[in-house]
Amino acid sequence: MSRAVVLATPRESRPVVPGTNPAKVSFQAMSFSYPGRQALSGVTLEIPEKRVTAIIGPSGCGKSTLIKSINRIAEVGTDVRVEGRVELEGLDIYAPGTDLVDLRRRVGMLFQKPNPFPKTIFENVAFGPRIHGASRGADLETIVEKSLRQAALWEEVQDRLHSPALELSGGQQQRLCLARVLAVDPEVILMDEPCSALDPISTARIEELIEELRQKYTVVIVTHNMQQAARVSDRTAFLLNGDLIEVGETEKIFTNPSNRKTEDYITGRFG
Amino acid sequence: MATETVLEEIEPARRPRCPRRSFLGERLIESFLRLNGFVAIAAILLIFLFLFKEGVQAFRTIPPGRFVESTELDFDNMPQTVRMWQPVSTNPKYSLVPLILGSFLVALPATLIATLLGVGTGIYLAEVAGKRTRELVKPAIELLAGVPSVVIGFFCLATLATLVQNAFHTTFRLNAFVGALGVCFVIVPVIATMTDDALRAVPGHLREGALALGANRWETVIRVVVPAGASGLIASGLLGMGRALGETMIVLMATGNAAQVTLNPFISVRTMTATIAAELGAVPQGGEQYRALFLVGSVLFTFTFGVNLLAEMAVSRMRRRLAL
Amino acid sequence: MKRRSAEIIALSALRGIALGVLLATLLMLGSIARGGASSISWEFLTAAPIEGMTRGGIFPAIFGTLCITLLMIVLALPLGVCAAIYMVEYAGNSGLSRVIRASVNNLAGVPSIVFGLFGVGFFVLFVGRSLDRVRGGGLLFGQPAMLWAAATLAVLVLPVIIVNTAEALNAVPRSHREAAFALGATRWQTVRRVVLPQARSGILTGSILSISRGAGETAPILFTGCAYFLPRLPLVHLSIPFTGLSIPMVNPLDQFMELSYHIFIMATQSTDAALTRPIQYGTTLVLVGLTFLLNISAILLRVRYRRALEAR
Repeated sequence: MSRAVVLATPRESRPVVPGTNPAKVSFQAMSFSYPGRQALSGVTLEIPEKRVTAIIGPSGCGKSTLIKSINRIAEVGTDVRVEGRVELEGLDIYAPGTDLVDLRRRVGMLFQKPNPFPKTIFENVAFGPRIHGASRGADLETIVEKSLRQAALWEEVQDRLHSPALELSGGQQQRLCLARVLAVDPEVILMDEPCSALDPISTARIEELIEELRQKYTVVIVTHNMQQAARVSDRTAFLLNGDLIEVGETEKIFTNPSNRKTEDYITGRFG
Repeated sequence: MATETVLEEIEPARRPRCPRRSFLGERLIESFLRLNGFVAIAAILLIFLFLFKEGVQAFRTIPPGRFVESTELDFDNMPQTVRMWQPVSTNPKYSLVPLILGSFLVALPATLIATLLGVGTGIYLAEVAGKRTRELVKPAIELLAGVPSVVIGFFCLATLATLVQNAFHTTFRLNAFVGALGVCFVIVPVIATMTDDALRAVPGHLREGALALGANRWETVIRVVVPAGASGLIASGLLGMGRALGETMIVLMATGNAAQVTLNPFISVRTMTATIAAELGAVPQGGEQYRALFLVGSVLFTFTFGVNLLAEMAVSRMRRRLAL
Repeated sequence: MKRRSAEIIALSALRGIALGVLLATLLMLGSIARGGASSISWEFLTAAPIEGMTRGGIFPAIFGTLCITLLMIVLALPLGVCAAIYMVEYAGNSGLSRVIRASVNNLAGVPSIVFGLFGVGFFVLFVGRSLDRVRGGGLLFGQPAMLWAAATLAVLVLPVIIVNTAEALNAVPRSHREAAFALGATRWQTVRRVVLPQARSGILTGSILSISRGAGETAPILFTGCAYFLPRLPLVHLSIPFTGLSIPMVNPLDQFMELSYHIFIMATQSTDAALTRPIQYGTTLVLVGLTFLLNISAILLRVRYRRALEAR
């Protein structure tokens, strides 16, 4: 059996302390079906707190569905069937009567294609705090500034907070969307292939941000770019056709995967 | 060796040949189709032309000032200024003021009420109704749009006017308000359908973004979707007003047809459209009143054209805003 | 919690508005049905009016409506379909296409009474009188007639046909056209053999909708050919030579009775409104039923067409 080829060097600075962080989100034998097709089958997975977990796999394997089921965006506009449990800090988020509004405040999301509202930059970031009733006036400005700084966008937009968000470049728009998410003070940040529509420089900036974010937030990132997964994540999960094939420390997955299919995917034999 | 013989015996593939004359045929067909395309352009131009040609002729015998007001002698033989439309009389009066006021006295309340109801229904269709409900309600709205205006006018005349009179104790059974309610029936489907189209044109990822930030359904609709589609909503209101100004049969049957200068919606009025409809049949062709009626038509057309132009500008503004 | 209650109130209000609109429609239609149901009978639909419209039937009005909508669609359909084909298939995105589109949009916004003015001023007086002048010998074309009323209605429904046809043509995927071109077909061959067959449903929908529209419009034909009490049908008997027989043909230069016009005149100008009221309701019910039938078939057709499209 050939050894897996190392495709990327994970950064040495990352502390590899497996298993010490409690699970922020956990899937327990979870199956997810859209009308007419099953997207996930019996997935059991723990997402540790304040770490970056990457979800990789070929197109159509269910990675988007997986993270969209954490903030229950997957079921918007369609009838879905969910079996098993998905827990956020021990509480079943699919229990009847779950407050979706609160769930989605605690679990934020960055989409594949930047989707700022057709409003001003300020209004975009202030949207979340406004509807959650937190603040107005000076408080709002503080929150907006803080969020834009966290997203490394403040320097570039501080003079034009009230100009349209759609005038920003793609990379800036994605950072704006990140600021928008941070403004509601979430606990988990989901990222659905956040850099696939961006150029390499913007991608690098977002990856730098992810490195900072993991100190405060639990990050789950879906990516089809394995090098990116190797660069930014602590743990990696490999999905194939709705099944969780393997999950483990990123370094181990990319240098010495246990499952043959994982190895084939990583070495580019398919996908 | 054997292979070579076989190859020689196979016939060269027959290539279909294009006869020369089909090229000419193509050009003829294209010219014929282009001619038909021009007919559409010609139609609107001809309407414009004939309307204004006859209308402008009215100024030949009636000075422009007379279209606002004219003087007549009252009982004491003292001259006084009146604003009346009374073409058939010893002193024909052609003031457009009561007619224009009448048209707007019907169109404005109708548009206001209909925008409220129509936008509400449109938002319901686009954002609230489930798939199956929508498949029932949208065709129902389209069926309402298909009801002939003469039927609605008849309903106003026969039933609605009495209901309104009982509810509001109006002196005149047929008045501008009844007409406005009738016109509502016509323009609510227009506004609802346009609102529905405008909101559905707002991309889904904007809704997802809002929901993912913890907004509930109503907040997503009112804070993200509606503002994004706002120009389309404005356009639908404007289009509705254009329809309301141009509506003829309902106002003819329900407003009482008394040309007066008033802002009171509960008395009988006469709109520009009703004037033309009521008088064109009885007027000698080429006469002064005939041309005056064409002038009324020109004024009406200018109003509706202007409103429709504004609506079109609003629609293109919305398209630009969302296409970014 | 305040947010949740705001959401509940707002969504309920929206549901209420939609429900209110539907209810108002139902009430209106219900009142017409209630008033007119008693008048509907076989005799009502097949006999002519008698005793100054207080009794009898409305057959001539039904016949007149059928004639005029048929004539209208014969005039408007080829024109509109060809214009749409040119706009979509030949002119593409050029300036001319935009001008045609703008003209169609403007036509759609013209008030119906202005069409009436146009019908009188252009068709009856200009075209009609000119034809008479060329022909010599008396007033034949230059007076209100079914032909001119149908022409006026045709101009009115032209946008409906063009828009529906253009929509149907645009729904045909570009790849089909490209495949045809790649096989060496000319543009007209592609249109005729590949695009048009697929657009048939849309064109049919447009036709049905315009017939419904034409049957319901009154203002454009008020002065271009309608009559209130016309005891005979607009027919002319053409004799077939050598046989001594004659066949009745619709005479497009005649005046005619029409359903919507009939309702209007009866409701506003009949000498004894109370006596004719049941007939008014009955006629209205017939017209509503007719337009409903047409509109429902158009909707069903569109639904079936969309389902077939998605199934592809």
